[in-house]
Amino acid sequence: MQYPSVIRETLDSARNQAALWRSRLPSFKELLLSIPRTPANIVTAAILAMGALLTLLRFTLGIGGISNLDNVNPWGIWIGFDLLCGVALAAGGYTTSAACYLFGLKRYHGAVRPAITTAFLGYLFVVVALHYDVGQPWRLVYPIFVSQGTTSVLFEVGLCVFIYLCVLLVEWTPASLEWLGLKTIRSFVVKLTLPLTILGVILSTMHQSSLGALFLTSPGKLHPLWYSSFLPVFFFVSSMFAGMSMVLFEGGLAHRFLHHKMDEAHLHSSREIALGFAKASSFVMAGYLCMRLFDLAMNNNWAYLGTGYGLLYLVELLGFVALPMLLYAFGVREKRFGLIRAASLMAVLGIVLNRLNVCLIAFNWQLPADERYFPSIMEIGLSVFIVTMIITAYRIFAHFLPMLHEHPEYKDAH
Amino acid sequence: MQPEVFTSLQDFMLHTKSITYILMGVGLVALACFWVFLSGRDEDIRKF
Repeated sequence: MQYPSVIRETLDSARNQAALWRSRLPSFKELLLSIPRTPANIVTAAILAMGALLTLLRFTLGIGGISNLDNVNPWGIWIGFDLLCGVALAAGGYTTSAACYLFGLKRYHGAVRPAITTAFLGYLFVVVALHYDVGQPWRLVYPIFVSQGTTSVLFEVGLCVFIYLCVLLVEWTPASLEWLGLKTIRSFVVKLTLPLTILGVILSTMHQSSLGALFLTSPGKLHPLWYSSFLPVFFFVSSMFAGMSMVLFEGGLAHRFLHHKMDEAHLHSSREIALGFAKASSFVMAGYLCMRLFDLAMNNNWAYLGTGYGLLYLVELLGFVALPMLLYAFGVREKRFGLIRAASLMAVLGIVLNRLNVCLIAFNWQLPADERYFPSIMEIGLSVFIVTMIITAYRIFAHFLPMLHEHPEYKDAH
Repeated sequence: MQPEVFTSLQDFMLHTKSITYILMGVGLVALACFWVFLSGRDEDIRKF
């Protein structure tokens, strides 16, 4: 059978590469034995083993066997933390690629691949984590392909996450294609960058805000300090600085632990990336803070500030939005990168606190204490397992793929 | 301190919107000032 030349070339290249890998790759046993026995790796292995056991328990005993979820509290930490925080913190993918490819800020190009990788892993493991909550993984395709609930906000979230995960997969593939040596496919995929970035921004705008819109259906259950008709706007705007802060936080960690994987160009651009992203985050946080304040005034919720929930609200807004905003601002003005790193950690924690407040802590706030939800130790263990899998996958990608450095054959090819 | 009592939606909206519009004006000025503070020590990085 006669194939077109592009396909023939790709197939030949793939065949040659496969033969090369077979000759180069060690056996699985050799690969396992080659992993250094550092404390971090031993802890990672222990968590992964624990997670595998919990996974077995979840899918054999059922959701009631390992979680404290019930009909009154059907959404727990797997939705509040794994899904809501995962999606918000993965927003660095669309913010970074939009800055670089849509706004033409090419000086931030060094941040694109790590950000896209984080976003791809974040969304991938959001879907994995959702299986623990929903159960019956073979029904994952139902909401998209079999029984669409087109009037539901949740359907829109599911559809957007499905399409955006595909977009992120394609955006992420150039790094793996460079590693595999598949030049023809890589050059085709790179040509798709601009339309994929536009699609990514549109999809993110839709589903980041829709996650907030999910809670519009429960004005009586969510505490008035957090309930607002502007929840979709708050979720979307907060995802912007959450994503940028995550890029900064992850960049700081990569500098510390994966420094040997970075090339000169990446190291050189990282300071400019830190200053630019910190400045943008700080200004978006200022806008977000103003909107939350206007919302407080519009709903006349001042009286609630004197209660316990009011204290939590103030801790969230002043401690984890206003304070990192100021730290970013001083860090940018004084070029103090330690301040920027500290602010990024606080901003990430602030987003986690906000999502947990909306989904768990301030939700069902009028119920008596004994009917309130608190996650079981096994639920927390599974969330730790998911986070560990993301970190492990990131480390593996950073080890093999040209993510924190440019591939020697594709230097200045972007 | 006595809680505020609103006898109609008109009263409530008048009260809350008055405060919100003042806050919005303050917020706009504050955001502009904050941007000046943020960019105060920027180096000129334009290449065109």
